[in-house]
Amino acid sequence: MDRRWLPALAALAVLPWVVPSSYVVHLLVQVLLWSFIYTGWSLMGRFGLVSFGHGAFMGIGAYAVVLLWNFHGLSPWLSIPIGVALAVAVAVLIGYPCFRFGIAGHYFALVTLALTEVVRSVIVALRDTTGGSLGITPNSVLKDGVTWSVQALQFADKRVFFYIALAAWAFGIWVWHRIDKSMMRYAMEAIGSDEQAAASVGVNVTRTKLAITMISAALTALGGALFGQYQQYVNPETVAGIGVSLQIVFAVIAGGMFVRFGPTVGAVFTLLLTEGLRVGIGNKVNALDSTIYGLMLVLFIIYMPTGILGKLAEKLRRARA
Amino acid sequence: MQIFDIFLLEAVLNGILFGGVLALLALGLNLIFGVIDVVWICYAELMMLGMYCVFFLHKVHGLPLVAAFGAAVVLVAFLGVLLHVLVIRPVLNSEPINQLLVTGGVLTFLQAAATLAFGIDFRNLGVSMPSLAVGEISLPWSRISAALTALVAMTALYVFLKKTYLGTAIRAISQDRAIMPLMGVSPSRIYLLTSAIGGALAGLGACLLVLQYDVHPAIGLTFGPLTFMVCVLGGLGNMLGGFIAAFIFAQLIAVGGFYFHLEWGYVMAFGFFIIMMFARPQGILGAK
Repeated sequence: MDRRWLPALAALAVLPWVVPSSYVVHLLVQVLLWSFIYTGWSLMGRFGLVSFGHGAFMGIGAYAVVLLWNFHGLSPWLSIPIGVALAVAVAVLIGYPCFRFGIAGHYFALVTLALTEVVRSVIVALRDTTGGSLGITPNSVLKDGVTWSVQALQFADKRVFFYIALAAWAFGIWVWHRIDKSMMRYAMEAIGSDEQAAASVGVNVTRTKLAITMISAALTALGGALFGQYQQYVNPETVAGIGVSLQIVFAVIAGGMFVRFGPTVGAVFTLLLTEGLRVGIGNKVNALDSTIYGLMLVLFIIYMPTGILGKLAEKLRRARA
Repeated sequence: MQIFDIFLLEAVLNGILFGGVLALLALGLNLIFGVIDVVWICYAELMMLGMYCVFFLHKVHGLPLVAAFGAAVVLVAFLGVLLHVLVIRPVLNSEPINQLLVTGGVLTFLQAAATLAFGIDFRNLGVSMPSLAVGEISLPWSRISAALTALVAMTALYVFLKKTYLGTAIRAISQDRAIMPLMGVSPSRIYLLTSAIGGALAGLGACLLVLQYDVHPAIGLTFGPLTFMVCVLGGLGNMLGGFIAAFIFAQLIAVGGFYFHLEWGYVMAFGFFIIMMFARPQGILGAK
């Protein structure tokens, strides 16, 4: 990435030391991890490949790490690559036939929706291993004065996880940037506007779509694994299923799926909304945030389909011209 | 295990009865897709509101069950029209995927609003019907009457679409959107009518399901994905295909659930769906 970004990244890096409480650090970690996942989704979404299946990839990543740790004592350093590989394998299994047989648009969205539900149902059905709907907690090594373990990827201090999340987020932005500057982007844009025309000028439609899907699934699975490690708890409803898939889609649309920092803005926006409501109204009305989310998603799509940051960028460009 | 198992037979029969209700739900969604070319992701949430309507009118306000059913059908039909006017119409000419996402927003909204308004409690209508016992098999009347009502409603809709002027106009619009305005059919009025019929079918589905299941805000998530998959499996917009797919799906869930566990029944059904998408992406009866 551009050298100009280094000061900004450095400024972000000191943030956990200047913010007033560990609650704020917690919010920052949440924003970074979700931004990373949203960025992963937008890699596909920006080219019109709207997937409701990212809950599945996230769930696979998160559960693979926790289960391998609890039952085989495998360090997350080894199980994260395994989880990511599994998610990529599933992405290929679903993506290849979809793209090969030209399943797109509504159909693609519904097939991926089925995938999310398969993963969620399997997690619930294997309740003897996965804890079912109650979720599962990775065995903790943080006791008797042990406050951190690199091998178990468990840290009592949230600030450590902040740096992991920051690195993941920067990596996600870097991937987005690389794809934006690559030939793949032009190929995907051509496919997005007319698949047959793109194929006729020599774009390998299946391979290009599959590549972007694999990258997107890998990032999302990694995000899921890190999210599970940070929370030290995974639950089928919060890391898999339609709910998560819709949450991802909503945040990205709110922020803007066609601009690099759009998903990040979406993560900040949705988190501020949730936390703002919680602080303002209290925990009692916990469905209020979702009510507002749903309403805003509808309004965004009708009135501002390019999202907050997309709209801002548009305005700036117009003002400059 | 015996080759002929009485409990297996019971599971199969239950699957057939469940298939009838599923077919009704899929029919409403298929009709809307076929005519308006949008998928109401929030279809099962409309149904959930219908279930609450029956519950409150009958259980809380003591209205007769039939009146509560009528009110639910009318209410959900109205909600269907409202959904079309407020949400679908503004995005009718934008990208197809926006239409899908916008109803996803409505799904989140309705589910959360129901949680806000009614809480997360499971509510039971408290109407118990006897079971029909044939030999060792017993089938609850609530399921039998639901499947029968679904069949009657589907037949009525079929006759309406085939025999009446409006029905013909609806079928014509679904075949050629561009030419029909030239023939003096107003698409926007047909869309409104279709939304009302689609909503009414969801309302009817609500009446049939509220007899068998407790109402709670997330019940849409149980039936919604199933309904979409039945529609896609049958070929979106293909009503006969959806009808057949509903019975296949219900059988997989009932028999799969019988041999293993209910969730595995769902996993099998969803897995079958994904496999079928590759074998026949245009649906079991769809034309390429």
